[in-house]
Amino acid sequence: MKLLEYEAKDYFRKYGIPTPEGCMITDPVQARMFIEKLGKPIVIKAQLPVGGRGKAGGIQFADTPNEAKNMAAHMLGKQIKGLTIEKLYVEEKLDIVNEIYLGVTIDRRNKSHVILASSEGGVEIEVVAEETPEKIIRHLVDPVNGLRSFHANLIAKRLGFKGRKMRQFADFVMKLYSLADEMDAELTEINPLAELEDGFIAADARLLVDNNALFRHKELEDKLLSSLQGELTEREMEARAQDLTYVELDGDIGIIGNGAGLTMATLDTVMLYGGKAANFLDLGGGATPERIEKAVKFVLRDTRTKAVFVNVLGGITRGDHTAQGIVAARQELGSVKPIVVRMAGTKEKEGRRILKKAGIETLDSMEEGAKLAVKLAEGS
Amino acid sequence: MPRFIDRDTRVVVQGITGSQGEFHTRLMKEYGTKIVAGVTPGRGGMEEVGIPVFDTIVEAKESHEIDASIIFVPAPYALDAALEAVEAELDPVVVITEGIPVRDSIQLVARAKLNGTTIVGPNTPGLIKAGESKMGIMPAQVFKKGDVGIISRSGTLFYEIAAHITRLGLGESTCVGLGGDPVVGLEFIDVLRWFEDDPETKAVALIGEIGGDAEERAAEFISGGEFTKPIAAYIAGRAAVPGKRMGHAGAIIQGSSGSAESKINALKKAGVSVGDLPGQVAEALRELL
Repeated sequence: MKLLEYEAKDYFRKYGIPTPEGCMITDPVQARMFIEKLGKPIVIKAQLPVGGRGKAGGIQFADTPNEAKNMAAHMLGKQIKGLTIEKLYVEEKLDIVNEIYLGVTIDRRNKSHVILASSEGGVEIEVVAEETPEKIIRHLVDPVNGLRSFHANLIAKRLGFKGRKMRQFADFVMKLYSLADEMDAELTEINPLAELEDGFIAADARLLVDNNALFRHKELEDKLLSSLQGELTEREMEARAQDLTYVELDGDIGIIGNGAGLTMATLDTVMLYGGKAANFLDLGGGATPERIEKAVKFVLRDTRTKAVFVNVLGGITRGDHTAQGIVAARQELGSVKPIVVRMAGTKEKEGRRILKKAGIETLDSMEEGAKLAVKLAEGS
Repeated sequence: MPRFIDRDTRVVVQGITGSQGEFHTRLMKEYGTKIVAGVTPGRGGMEEVGIPVFDTIVEAKESHEIDASIIFVPAPYALDAALEAVEAELDPVVVITEGIPVRDSIQLVARAKLNGTTIVGPNTPGLIKAGESKMGIMPAQVFKKGDVGIISRSGTLFYEIAAHITRLGLGESTCVGLGGDPVVGLEFIDVLRWFEDDPETKAVALIGEIGGDAEERAAEFISGGEFTKPIAAYIAGRAAVPGKRMGHAGAIIQGSSGSAESKINALKKAGVSVGDLPGQVAEALRELL
């Protein structure tokens, strides 16, 4: 789950990470009030869950109260990457000596958190990694011992900081790691982390929270759906609201499978036979008849789909449940779109019996099913 | 070296009273798995599928000899359950639960490593020794005792390929689901090492998918000459789009890393036969054996 900058900065403050003075606004008048109170030039930033807002005009500056109000008015309601700007973050403009990058993320290979730091802040870290990988410091965090202050000191040292600045930067690293760990961050990064004459400050803030960990962060659960705007298509948002694991693709064959691997292989097989999948829908493990019905309805309702291929190999998912769900969905929608079902595994016989009774034929193999689905989609 | 199972492995089911726990305990028992106890906190003293239920593993161990644990506990409580099993010296610990936070998996894997415990999963279908015992949720009918070891990141695709292998008369030895999460206990390489030494495994099917670089590292390992048995592979996700999670938390192409192409190329370069269709893995193995 991707938090907006102002939400991330609220967490940063909670963890004692220095951030510029700022506030989230929704009305241009608030921008004027903020700059009047601050008495300094400000930066105005669009709050949207998409990257690259700077290049799209989502970051502007203002020196006077009138400028602030006018600029805020100009920005609010404008669109960036199809999303309307409804919130702005106004913040004091900093006198930056140097821009640094600092991030914490998950290292899959080493099964641990990794701290990334670079003196090349202000540009995308992926670009730095590509062009000058030697300028990125990587520190793997031992999951048992955690990050200790001497680790942080070493990271600061390797960035070239000495004395008081080393201690200040190390403190920053420790706090960001605590936040990443306690907030279940998949990624948290500060780019740029601004070096000032007398210390450091987080000029930007990114925080992505592990969706699986939201049970520990109840306050975020309600915001999950809105945080996905910009990342997901409209159809994917709708699927998400219905708790379906769905990825929209641009073909015309609806694909439903159980298990990510099998569903992916189904897409691949359809592609190999010259067809194109309209979607990826993974029922997951142990889907109930109701869940399967919901999934089949969702794909049948998609006007782009000319045929639907349901590929279920039962482990935790039962054939009888699958069949009940398919039959119920079809009946309720009165759909005439061809459905091809491939079924094997747990409660397979029961499932086939139910489908046969409803006049839906089942196929033995995924290859046969994929071929037939491609043929039916072409023929309609 | 990881530790797997055979017909003598005595198993405790954690989360035995939940619907999935109960359902699969029944199926595992039918398959021949020696399920000796169940654990669900607050349900101690009852029976489930004819198995005595305890509140804690410590209590279960007072009256039963237990070797290994399989976990069906919901995600918020799964780390606790798994650490309980690790602390009780059970090995392997098979974590079926899906949706465990990555931070919990990192903790679990690190603690288990200190203890020398094999963690299978999380988000795994489990493991099976064909014809002897299964600690998992795989449908038993697709497996038949034979010569092929299977390692897979996915569940259902693994059953799919196992069914092909069985149909061609090859059969399976030990099959291990690694799990679909970004952080899991076992890597392809760990299981390949085990298969290399396992006299019952004559050939291996490797089933990978997009995301991470475990397949590329397996390819490197194979190229290095440390694995000498015939091997065939299938990689799911050629039709996947970058930046989207394809069902599994770990199945995501990030930037240029984790694509099916990269994995297929790496494995082919290592001399592994990679099928365009899942069924071709079995055919390739028949040729190789």
